[in-house]
Amino acid sequence: MLEFWTDYVWPVLVVLAQSVLLLVILLIAVAYIIYADRKIWAAVQLRRGPNVVGPWGLLQSFADLLKFVLKEPVIPSGANKGLFLLAPFVTCVLALAAWAVIPVNEGWVIANINVGILYIFAISSLGVYGIIMAGWASNSKYPFLAALRSAAQMVSYEVSIGFVIVTVLLCVGSLNLSEIVDAQDGKYGMFNWFWLPLLPMFVIFFVSALAETNRPPFDLVEAESELVAGFMVEYGSTPYMMLMLGEYVAIATMCALGTIMFLGGWLAPFPVAPFTWVPGVIWFTLKCLFMFFLFAMAKAIVPRYRYDQLMRLGWKVFLPISLAMVVIVAGVLQFTGLAPK
Amino acid sequence: MSELLLDYLPLVIFIAVAMAIGAALLVVPFLVAYKQPDPEKLSAYECGFNAFDDARMKFDVRFYLVAILFIIFDLEVSFLFPWAVAFGELGLFGFWSMMVFLGVLTVGFIYEWRKGALEWD
Amino acid sequence: MRGALHMIVYALFFYLFAGVCIASAIMVVASRNPVYSVLFLILAFVNASGLFMLMGAEFLAMILVVVYVGAVAVLFLFVVMMLDVDFAELRQGALQYLPIGTLVGIVLLAELLLVVGAWAIAPHVADVIAAPIPPFYSVSNTEALGQVLYTRYVYFFQVAGVILLVAMIGAIVLTLRHKPNIKRQDVSQQVARTKADAIEVVKVKSGQGLS
Repeated sequence: MLEFWTDYVWPVLVVLAQSVLLLVILLIAVAYIIYADRKIWAAVQLRRGPNVVGPWGLLQSFADLLKFVLKEPVIPSGANKGLFLLAPFVTCVLALAAWAVIPVNEGWVIANINVGILYIFAISSLGVYGIIMAGWASNSKYPFLAALRSAAQMVSYEVSIGFVIVTVLLCVGSLNLSEIVDAQDGKYGMFNWFWLPLLPMFVIFFVSALAETNRPPFDLVEAESELVAGFMVEYGSTPYMMLMLGEYVAIATMCALGTIMFLGGWLAPFPVAPFTWVPGVIWFTLKCLFMFFLFAMAKAIVPRYRYDQLMRLGWKVFLPISLAMVVIVAGVLQFTGLAPK
Repeated sequence: MSELLLDYLPLVIFIAVAMAIGAALLVVPFLVAYKQPDPEKLSAYECGFNAFDDARMKFDVRFYLVAILFIIFDLEVSFLFPWAVAFGELGLFGFWSMMVFLGVLTVGFIYEWRKGALEWD
Repeated sequence: MRGALHMIVYALFFYLFAGVCIASAIMVVASRNPVYSVLFLILAFVNASGLFMLMGAEFLAMILVVVYVGAVAVLFLFVVMMLDVDFAELRQGALQYLPIGTLVGIVLLAELLLVVGAWAIAPHVADVIAAPIPPFYSVSNTEALGQVLYTRYVYFFQVAGVILLVAMIGAIVLTLRHKPNIKRQDVSQQVARTKADAIEVVKVKSGQGLS
């Protein structure tokens, strides 16, 4: 009986505790990146941003949570009720589920699976369903148009993200996220990370990640001036909050994925004494924040794309460039003998 | 085999916890929030006047073409994954085998481009 | 004790995935709304991917989700949303297709039985397969696939490429219709514009204007 406890119940409880811990930290982190997003956006436009709730407005996101919970949940009479509520649930759970495989430090990962990056690729390709379901179930004009736009947009940029992942894999030889980070370890520190040799792919990844998460300048899904709030028009209360939460968690996932693939994950930027004393999780967080800062600045300073320009960029610029880069990287690795064994 | 699956058990637990959080967030306002529905509140959003017809209309066949092209490139990417992982052991033959495959698809891509299938109008 | 519990958990997951898979497959056919049918199809795909996972085929499980759920089902959703067909009306005449449907079903069943039967009749076949499945702890599943797909099975691989090419061309030939009189943005033309061919400075004498 004791064996049953030590072998089964205890490990499951440990994983359960770790999962709850990671999710709670993640949700609090998301609350603060939303705050950071608003503050950065405000600073660029010479405004103050949220500054009333708590010191410097630090508790703004929590006040928003409370407000959403106390709002009346409205389900339009023409909507398909089950699907209407399933859409935010799917968006939110899928976005959170991606974090199970992300290593925040050496060995600090909930599920260290062999196909980690493929899992994240799969999860992000499912993200489109939350939007299609929300748009269709609302049975309203604007959400439906937004759902169509967003489906075509996300699908177009997923191809280039796929090719970017393949070039990184060529340099690593494994689908495991921890091994991708380990492959970037070397005596030149940050100059060993893949952002330098694969710089064009890093740029393509960043822009595609913006499009994939429907961030400005690719936020045609909720372009206020044309589609009001896009697929979220009919939503209110916590279902609306869950759609927003899912969106921001997906952004955080993309930041983490960029950190792991191009910025060396938890590795210190210089492999010498004062830098290596800092725990890896701090470096990981700092790099994610740097990625998010880029996301926030892009939102603040770049004007929105037109739909035909968006499709053109995805299919006629990124796709050929990333396809060519796959061939070039493979050729270089093949003929210089640098390929990982 | 079971060791491989044991790696996935934490994943299942994590997703279960995420679902619990999601379900809790979804249910809470239905329990605590003040509710007073009326027909205008429950009607679909409109801009000034009521919508003329059903919201679910036909749309351009172009979206369908984008979806098909996406499937094809997605399959191409899925063929690239095992190749990239096993790249170091495949040797020159594996390299050229993939180059021919990509070459065939590049022909298709050029055809698409010339036909204007990538234009959005 | 340890092995027994593993088996129980394994069996629980197997019956969960298999049960939901079959139930949602039935709902695909039975549900009245085609959009719901596609959503149930997605559920069936996800559970099938779970079954792949239980067999240890992690790469196939993920690719099933990426390709079928992430791409093919999006296309299906587009089609059922785009075709403004009254599906209730379509369903009226569904029974007349029963004979041919049954025939296809029987053929599929026979094929499945042949596959299962072959394993039962000649279990030693597994030993003479050209590329035996390597144990999972020495080579990961994805790598094992990569080691044979591009070299040993190169012809099948190239045929797959040609099929994709045909699909691409077919889709374009069937669906591409250009609308006339559309002004498109030509970025290279925009960038190539110079001051010389865009602006003209004209000296205008006061009181005379331009003729």
